[in-house]
Amino acid sequence: MGAYIIRRLGAGLLVLAVGTFGLYILVSLSGNPLANLMANPHISPATIRAAQIELHLNEPLLERYWTWLTGILHGNFGISTLGQAVGPQLWPRMWVTLQMVLPAVIISIVLGIGLGVMSAVRQYSVLDHVSTAFAYIFYATPVFVIAILLKDFLAVKVDNAVGHPVLYTIGQNNPGTTGTWSVFVDALAHDVLPILTLVLITYAAWSRYQRASMLDVLNADYVRLARAKGLSRRRVLYVHALRNALIPVTTVIALDFATILGGAVITEIVFGWEGMGRFFYEGLTGPVSPDVNVVMAYVTIIAALVIIFNIIADIVYGLLDPRIRYA
Amino acid sequence: MPEPRETAAFDPLTGAAPLLPSSPLGQTLGQPAGVPHPRGPESAEELTDVAGLAAAEAGLSIKARSQFQMAYTRFIHHKMALIGLCTFVAILLFSTIGPLFWHYNYAQITSQFGTGPSLAHPFGTDTIGHDMFAQVMAATATSIQTALVVAGIATVLGTLVGAAAGYYGKWADALLMRFTDLILIVPGLVILLVLANTVSKSSGNWLWIALILAALFWTYLARLVRGVFLSLREREFIEAQHAIGSSSARIILRHMIPNAIGPIIVNATLTIANAILVEAALSFLGLGIQPPQVSLGFLIAQAEGDATVLPYLFYFPAAFLIVIILAVNFIGDGLRDALDPQQRVRA
Repeated sequence: MGAYIIRRLGAGLLVLAVGTFGLYILVSLSGNPLANLMANPHISPATIRAAQIELHLNEPLLERYWTWLTGILHGNFGISTLGQAVGPQLWPRMWVTLQMVLPAVIISIVLGIGLGVMSAVRQYSVLDHVSTAFAYIFYATPVFVIAILLKDFLAVKVDNAVGHPVLYTIGQNNPGTTGTWSVFVDALAHDVLPILTLVLITYAAWSRYQRASMLDVLNADYVRLARAKGLSRRRVLYVHALRNALIPVTTVIALDFATILGGAVITEIVFGWEGMGRFFYEGLTGPVSPDVNVVMAYVTIIAALVIIFNIIADIVYGLLDPRIRYA
Repeated sequence: MPEPRETAAFDPLTGAAPLLPSSPLGQTLGQPAGVPHPRGPESAEELTDVAGLAAAEAGLSIKARSQFQMAYTRFIHHKMALIGLCTFVAILLFSTIGPLFWHYNYAQITSQFGTGPSLAHPFGTDTIGHDMFAQVMAATATSIQTALVVAGIATVLGTLVGAAAGYYGKWADALLMRFTDLILIVPGLVILLVLANTVSKSSGNWLWIALILAALFWTYLARLVRGVFLSLREREFIEAQHAIGSSSARIILRHMIPNAIGPIIVNATLTIANAILVEAALSFLGLGIQPPQVSLGFLIAQAEGDATVLPYLFYFPAAFLIVIILAVNFIGDGLRDALDPQQRVRA
């Protein structure tokens, strides 16, 4: 198992290196960060020249990439086009993004698997039909439509009904809140809507996969045998059936992790969170863009997260399915 | 929504069903068509089979039905798929023929600013004075045509590359798989935003947006076709083609692609839905289709600022977007049941 994880990490690092190289070239070629500066007639060529040297734009592309790569390997994410170090901004923002993404993933797993299993066990019941209908609707709704509905329609109505803000729609917290309990309640009030947004776009597909997989297992011979030899319904359902029905779904969940992070970019923008996704978006489209170091810092960290999440999913897969042996 | 195979014929845990002769095995063996319909509303088709048998016994000739005819029969018996198809066609006509009969152009500025829905402006007007009915029609047309182009390019390219990788294996396969591994480590939306950032600065033309979407979407189809081809390659009828000396091109084009056509068409349909969603997301973020062209994502982005005051600006484009995706997904479900019976899903 240890050797397997090390080999997977090695393969992951290789993909990461090649992928980031490709994206570095792509982002660098996507525009000139000094375009606005050059378009301004009041700025002298000397100033522009100085800015170019400061951003290393006078160097060849491959040399810039090499500088970036050696920097990353030393834990240095470089300087943004606005002159700030990228690294120190990164970690607080990553925490903000994870504060949204991790609870959303956990809730989606519980909700998706729970609803999927219940729909399969009570196939064609009211619950099954309602859950199917909702799954189709949420699957067809873009993340930003859900975000706007929750923000501008639900939250405003709830807050007006209560008379004071219960659900916050902008930002990840109120700066200046003190006391552990108050900070927690404040964070929760900000977290509810963005997390709900991500859950709604995510759980639907998972519940459908889980339902299909559970139905498959429920009709397998070994489940009928387990029932026939007199095991209780509960034991058959949760020990024999569910464990096997979870196997295919782990792959789906692992593959969807990257999609959720993509959805988090939009969710952060709509709800005004200072997270990684918005950092990336502003680096890509802001006034002095493309900010290659900012965009690449985001891409590198997100890609590393996706790779690690996929390795974890493979390990879980192995734990659920003893037929799989990692050597 | 691609879903794993379901073969459930009854719920073994209710304890009631096992007495019925409806085990999955019995069903598969019992029906010559190999397409057991679990609920049995396909009686028309089954009746034809019975009638056909009777006719054969009476010495009359019966006409063999092609794969396409059987799929067609299955599709038109799929209620949700038909509703989806009708809705999609209606929206398509509305967005393409509608503007010819509507007295406002989508770019025209009227004297009404931010008025609610009325007879003159069924979807109201925005704060600039655009008639939203005309805008939604134009946006829907742009979104659909973009998605159709994406699905077309991605399907052709994905099928060819996937076929080459799955048929020849070795380095072609390794190359495709490593390339798609690269794409899977970063959210697709992020890759598209980087590409779209380049494109939309120079030109926000819908065709450019369609091209960059296709540049990402073909990889998913290629992976799928590769998988189908890998399993087809080992089948006896392909071996037979090798034995009689057919060329690789002939085997791929005449024997393998026709056998893989079901999953290809189903996924082409799902690509349409995905392309509409992703294009909307790009336009929402300001990196998709640029004014003066409009798309549904762009209209929703415009509406966001005034969403609490002028909610109808948001409701109409959002509703159109959701209904189109729902319709396309239902068509996809129906096509999967019709063309790819092993993947049959009982919703």
